[in-house]
Amino acid sequence: MSLDRRDFFRLAAKTAACAAATPRVAEARPSPKLPDEALGLLFDGTLCIGCRACMPACKEANGMPAERTPLEANGQTSAVWDAPLDISGHTLNVIKAWRDGTGLTKDVVHDGYAFTKQSCYHCVDPSCVSACPVSAMTKDPVNGIVSYSVDACIGCRYCVAACPFGVPRFTYDTPKPVISKCQLCRHRLANGEFAACATVCPTGATLFGKVKELKAEIARRRRLTPGSTTTFPRGRLGGTDSYVGRVGRYVPRVYGEREIGGTQVLHLSGVPFELLDKPELPDVAPAAISETIQHGLYYGLIAPATFLGILVAAARRNMIAAGKNPDANPPAVKP
Amino acid sequence: MTAHAAPAPVGGRLVTKTTVVLAGMMLAMGAVLVLRLVYGLGAVTNLNNGYPWGLWIAWDVTIGTALAGGGFSTALLVYVLNRGQYHPLIRPALLAALLGYLQAGLSVFVDLGRWWDFWHIFWPTYAQPSSVLFEVALCIMAYIVILMIELLPAVLERLHWQNARKRLDRVLFVFVAIGVLLPTMHQSSLGTLLVVFGPQVHPLYQSNLLPLLFLTSTVGMGYAAVTIEAAISSVGLERPFEKEILAKLLAIGRGLMGLFLFVRLCDVVYRGALSHTYTPSLPMFTFWLENALLSVPLWLLASKKNAQRAKYLFLSAMAMALGGIVYRLSAFLVAYQTGAGWSYFPSLGELTVTTGLIAFEVLGVIVAVRLLPILPAAPERTLTP
Repeated sequence: MSLDRRDFFRLAAKTAACAAATPRVAEARPSPKLPDEALGLLFDGTLCIGCRACMPACKEANGMPAERTPLEANGQTSAVWDAPLDISGHTLNVIKAWRDGTGLTKDVVHDGYAFTKQSCYHCVDPSCVSACPVSAMTKDPVNGIVSYSVDACIGCRYCVAACPFGVPRFTYDTPKPVISKCQLCRHRLANGEFAACATVCPTGATLFGKVKELKAEIARRRRLTPGSTTTFPRGRLGGTDSYVGRVGRYVPRVYGEREIGGTQVLHLSGVPFELLDKPELPDVAPAAISETIQHGLYYGLIAPATFLGILVAAARRNMIAAGKNPDANPPAVKP
Repeated sequence: MTAHAAPAPVGGRLVTKTTVVLAGMMLAMGAVLVLRLVYGLGAVTNLNNGYPWGLWIAWDVTIGTALAGGGFSTALLVYVLNRGQYHPLIRPALLAALLGYLQAGLSVFVDLGRWWDFWHIFWPTYAQPSSVLFEVALCIMAYIVILMIELLPAVLERLHWQNARKRLDRVLFVFVAIGVLLPTMHQSSLGTLLVVFGPQVHPLYQSNLLPLLFLTSTVGMGYAAVTIEAAISSVGLERPFEKEILAKLLAIGRGLMGLFLFVRLCDVVYRGALSHTYTPSLPMFTFWLENALLSVPLWLLASKKNAQRAKYLFLSAMAMALGGIVYRLSAFLVAYQTGAGWSYFPSLGELTVTTGLIAFEVLGVIVAVRLLPILPAAPERTLTP
């Protein structure tokens, strides 16, 4: 029995109806909220003096090797000890300098310079976690730290490709590679310690704390008069250390506040973030869109199961019920 | 139902100039893979942290399996929609599909940095079902098994195991049905893979309709590949070119290309990306290139007369296959822009592996059609048109 044109269209219409009904059944994947106890960092570029003390501290705390940075001088190439220009498979945190023209005045756009920090943002809705097929990237439900498990990782690098900040990095130079990313020194938290970069920062430019309290601190700083003197917390919020300095002239934007659904590492700056190579990102997390599509198509496996049912019925009718298997050809005519 | 000549082994010598060259290409691939295993991915590839996925994913997986899409799209026609007339095409299509998916699987395996742990994808405590890659990997692995079962009748015939063959026939419809479902799922998901890349993918390419665009182009590419393979085997093995059947196949492919282009254009307009279609950029160039190629069957096969001409059919199939190839390479490598300072072009080592995998496919086809009943038995000379 063959399926005539009308049957085919009926079948197609049914399939289409099922497919169309499915997304309505399935909820769009809700965007996660910032955990109440979320931990994070505030990087205030106007306080950073570019000493880069946070970089070796990060390496020491995380057992990362030094990088050989080739330096060309006088026609010779030498390897300077550990002066990485970017994060990599062996470096989780770098301070970068931006300059314009003569680069003489800090935090001004014309003939000025500024510092910025590159490390994991610990997104509220991380792309790396959504991408990872083996749960090697996870977000802690309590403190929101995005961490990596080498024991689970298969090295597919979907997280490297997915992160819009370019944070997870892969070690291509070894047959036993890993993914490297800042995990907010989660191994130090149990000992009552906190992120090494914030611990050593002399001016409190990198400040560790609960994201909610960091946001209150950001609001306080933005209320102060630029150029006036104030006391900044140093190390972590709620600690005893402090640093007396001048209030920066902040651009009216906090980087990380809304980018792809918000992050737990927030940046203040005296110059526009575009100049600091911070990517311009939408408010909606790509992970939420991707998972809405996936969950929509595969909600309760209703659509695949329905489609399979139709396929099995049609294939059965054509291959068995009609009594002739199309694959069972008439015997070959012997020449 | 039309009677067809039953499939029969082609026979002939296995060691020829062609097969020796193909084996040589595979040996070169083997040498590169040894280096990759000993020294790591960086030693043989140009992959970097800006372009962590390269040729082995963009070509071997997304294009290799799309060109193998003839396996499921022909099965859909022959078995599910019971278009018996397409029957001579089914076994060659299934064979090409199996080889295409095997090479894709091998490519992913050597691309995995920590390949010894690849089984984590299937292990319940590790598996992460929200990951698009999880679904792709699971479906591809399952489909390879299904394809082997779908081709089993050819092996059983060859061994003259009639009882086993009969028993398999009774349940084969279940595997055929799954064999249509799985590629429908993972071929669309190959497009969804890009959604989580968000704004890193150029606005002409990033879309919530990527699954639909990848699925329709896959079916078209599959039919194109079946046509090209039929043309090659008709020349190489002096067999008739099944023009009438292929014309109908390409008519469906043509319709799908029309759908693809229509959906894509509407989507670009809806997303407000229309200005990018005339703002010069590399993705703009590839966007027009692939759309032009994919539209070739629309006008080349427009008249009934032309739609029956072997040359036009072949050219349309080539354009469709090429258009699909450009679309996938662009989406994964050209439109994927991860920030200033990063660039990628495949290394000699990566190219050696990819060509080695293509050689594996071609060699696989040659050996299989010579040993197994895959192609319809050659008819009398007088029947050749």
